[in-house]
Amino acid sequence: MRLSRPFRITLGVITTVILVVVYVPLLVVLVNSFSTSTSLTWPPPGFTLEWWGKAFQSAGALDAVGTSIVVALVATAVSLVLGTLISLALQRFEFFGREAISLLVILPIALPGIITGIALNNFFRTIMGVPLSIWTVVIAHATFCIVTVFNNVIARLRRLGLNLEEASADLGAGVWTTFRLVTFPQLRSALLAGGLLAFALSFDEIIVTTFTAGSGVTTLPIFILNNMFRPNQAPIVSVIAVVLVLVSIIPIYIAQRLSGEEQRR
Amino acid sequence: MTTNTRVTAPAPARPSVPRPRRTPARAASVFLSTHPRTRLALLLSAPLFWLGIVYIVALVLLLVTAFWSVDSFTGDITTEFTLDNIIEVLTGSLYQTVTVRTVGVALAVTLIDVALALPIAFFMAKVATPRMRRVLLIMVLTPLWASYLVKAYAWRSVLSQDGILEWLVAPFGGETIGYGLPATIITLSYLWLPYVILPIYAGLERVPDSLLEASSDLGGRTWPTLRHVVFPLVLPAIIAGTIFSFSLSLGDYITVNIVGGASQMLGNLVYTNVGAANNLPLASAIALIPIVIIFGYLFLVRRTGALDNL
Amino acid sequence: MMRMRNARRGATVGLAIASVALLTACGTSGGGGGGDTSGDAATELGETEGQISILAWPGYVEDGSNDPNVDWVTPFEEETGCEVTTKTFGTSDEALNLMKTGDYDVVSASGDASLRLVAGGDVAPVNTDLLENYDGIYDFLKDRDWNTVDGVNYGVPHGYGANLLMYSTDVFTAEPTSWDVVFDKSGDYAGKVTAYDSPIYIADAAMYLMAHQPDLGIENPYSLDEEQLAAAVDLLKQQRENVGEYWSDYLKEIQAFQTGDSVVGTSWQVIQNVLESEGAATAVTLPEEGATGWSDTWMISSQAKNPNCAYAWLDYIASPEANAAATAYFGEAPSSDAACDFRDDCEAYHAGDEDYASQIWYWTTPIEDCIDGRTDVQCTDYAAWTAAWQEIKG
Repeated sequence: MRLSRPFRITLGVITTVILVVVYVPLLVVLVNSFSTSTSLTWPPPGFTLEWWGKAFQSAGALDAVGTSIVVALVATAVSLVLGTLISLALQRFEFFGREAISLLVILPIALPGIITGIALNNFFRTIMGVPLSIWTVVIAHATFCIVTVFNNVIARLRRLGLNLEEASADLGAGVWTTFRLVTFPQLRSALLAGGLLAFALSFDEIIVTTFTAGSGVTTLPIFILNNMFRPNQAPIVSVIAVVLVLVSIIPIYIAQRLSGEEQRR
Repeated sequence: MTTNTRVTAPAPARPSVPRPRRTPARAASVFLSTHPRTRLALLLSAPLFWLGIVYIVALVLLLVTAFWSVDSFTGDITTEFTLDNIIEVLTGSLYQTVTVRTVGVALAVTLIDVALALPIAFFMAKVATPRMRRVLLIMVLTPLWASYLVKAYAWRSVLSQDGILEWLVAPFGGETIGYGLPATIITLSYLWLPYVILPIYAGLERVPDSLLEASSDLGGRTWPTLRHVVFPLVLPAIIAGTIFSFSLSLGDYITVNIVGGASQMLGNLVYTNVGAANNLPLASAIALIPIVIIFGYLFLVRRTGALDNL
Repeated sequence: MMRMRNARRGATVGLAIASVALLTACGTSGGGGGGDTSGDAATELGETEGQISILAWPGYVEDGSNDPNVDWVTPFEEETGCEVTTKTFGTSDEALNLMKTGDYDVVSASGDASLRLVAGGDVAPVNTDLLENYDGIYDFLKDRDWNTVDGVNYGVPHGYGANLLMYSTDVFTAEPTSWDVVFDKSGDYAGKVTAYDSPIYIADAAMYLMAHQPDLGIENPYSLDEEQLAAAVDLLKQQRENVGEYWSDYLKEIQAFQTGDSVVGTSWQVIQNVLESEGAATAVTLPEEGATGWSDTWMISSQAKNPNCAYAWLDYIASPEANAAATAYFGEAPSSDAACDFRDDCEAYHAGDEDYASQIWYWTTPIEDCIDGRTDVQCTDYAAWTAAWQEIKG
């Protein structure tokens, strides 16, 4: 590839500057987690480890992280299944209404969260008469997570073509065997990427969650929002954010390695 | 790994293909491979059931609610058809002002995000070494995990009269922009940037390097190559990214509360009408505005193939 | 921040409630069919049901999960055997909406929600005779517009406070004595004025007009006819020009005053306490026009699935120790003198000071029937206020 040298350098500089700016607010959060000020003022008036100690003792925070993980895992699992099914259908078949279905998959993410939120709230409560619970949150999250899986998987399917599957069928493998031994292994990294994004989307979702969470269901974003209304809790929230950022690097790194290896030509 | 699988996966079947036994599973499999329509129906039934029941029904019911009204005394919904809410939303100057403001913010956020995402995505996809690329991807994805609210409050801190921005620019005679719409635009751009970078990066990765080389072999210089070769190819990916930033901004009401000063956006109006006024019908009518805008946008970009690139 | 002393007293409360039970089998009422708007209050209590679902302001129902030292729920659970699940809400409006689901047994309702809850048939009358801690509650909190309708009690007062005028002592050399600094003179502090982000804030403007434009004939800031509302809206629109931001969560308000993004506006005593502890240059005052304020009420859902636990909670949270813990954590005055024995900061909140309390116009839901007694006009209701508030913010 021949891009001019000044061009590459300019790009590098721009990228660096943007990333630095991206990390400034995160740095503020990091610093605040050690600040003696309970209201996150700048510059921090003093240094303390108090919040780090408190955060790890805060049963509410830990519970909230647990709830968020459960919700995100189940929502991701559902969206992996549904997303894969839809992408197989849309990629392998020509049929009337195909475009409408691809629009339908995109809609939950393309329409603003507050609309999805009030629509589902209204649906669960007044139409179905189902009390809000953790499962209503899962259903809502899975609905808008399908699209991330769908997009990753359908892009991969498009690249793969049908040759191998046809070969497998010619060699006598059944529909299920072909999927298990031929199609699925080739989709694995796409599923991983889609699943990771779905997990991230669900984990940090607050607007739809506000409208679909039942009594006592506190996901992490809801916990954080509630604590903005309580005295002396803001620095603990900073601690949680810092820990999450640090912990999140691991799955992202693993996912990267896996898909990186796969793409190495 | 892909290449390995390609060779090894079907291999065990090769030496001698035993005649498959006639089990029910086998029969089903044969039936399925000879009846593609059934296969399609099976594939589609679960997802369509889910999306149809959970989402479309909910959405349609919400829209129907827009034609109902609320008994102001008891707060219960009266299911008599009325156009009052729609008329109010269409004619009320409040809704027009707020719609224009919200669309303006969403457009600004989208433009900023695309402008920022393009160079980063290009650098990642076409300039960086594979190792560097992995590090950059992690750096782009990491901020996603530091809770939306925490990041919004961090920007509140950065932009305050006493914040880092003031502290940085004060020596040069500048001052912080404070809270308001510009602060909202900055914060929203910040929040959605990774969602815009990812599709554009994926789109650029799909552009074969050989194309760029061919262009330069034919004497194309960097800029013309980018404009005439790369840009048209990644346009769908860019549009896919804009769907994220545009729609997420269009419905936001939390960021604008935190850094938006005294401003309100469409999301706030919907939120207050659901919460405060307990007026779901009016809220639904207001919700029609972003729905129409998004549908219009999706319709416009449908032809570009952007919807396959989200 | 605050430590719960051993809740010996509470144990007796629990026993007392259990012993009130005369008929265990059919001893529940006050719940049941949500169809009847009012229904009757319970006349006796049965055995507790083993669980209760509470809808409350953040900080009202703390079980130690946010801060192990802040816990008045566990003693309640131990005494009564009622397992507590909590959902918090950020605004009165959210509370109202959530109560409509019927998923909650009790709610801590501010005055701007309570009448709407009663009107909507979402809450049931409360028989205060069944609550042994009711007697100790300040008389000036009982039988008021926001907790009693037509002589029927709908709940137990919890705590109260005033929406005070906060100002930056860096900017103000002398203590402002009038709300005019956020209304007629707000131009002097353009871009740095703050106000509470809720339709109920319109009452602050109405209260100001009551003193400064007597021709309008406003008698009660929660009872405004069309013309009076329009005047208040005009005043707030002028104010809007100079407002830096509206606030509703206190982290936002604290930050704004600390950084100097806001220099004058409505605030709460608890915010001042935090700011003081951080060394910020701010102070609060109760201006000559008086102030709006809140007096929260614990109410029982008309669809309560656990009415006995609900009564147990109402009684428990009115008990001096629990009430002291909850109100101190939130930062408001408690509901009884006895509670002050468990707090050392009652003075700062002017608890029990009737004179002070009489200057407060407590949040009350505006409804069409004018609550100031006028019968010749229709007043504007909360829906109208909400529409007006959105219009003001623009």
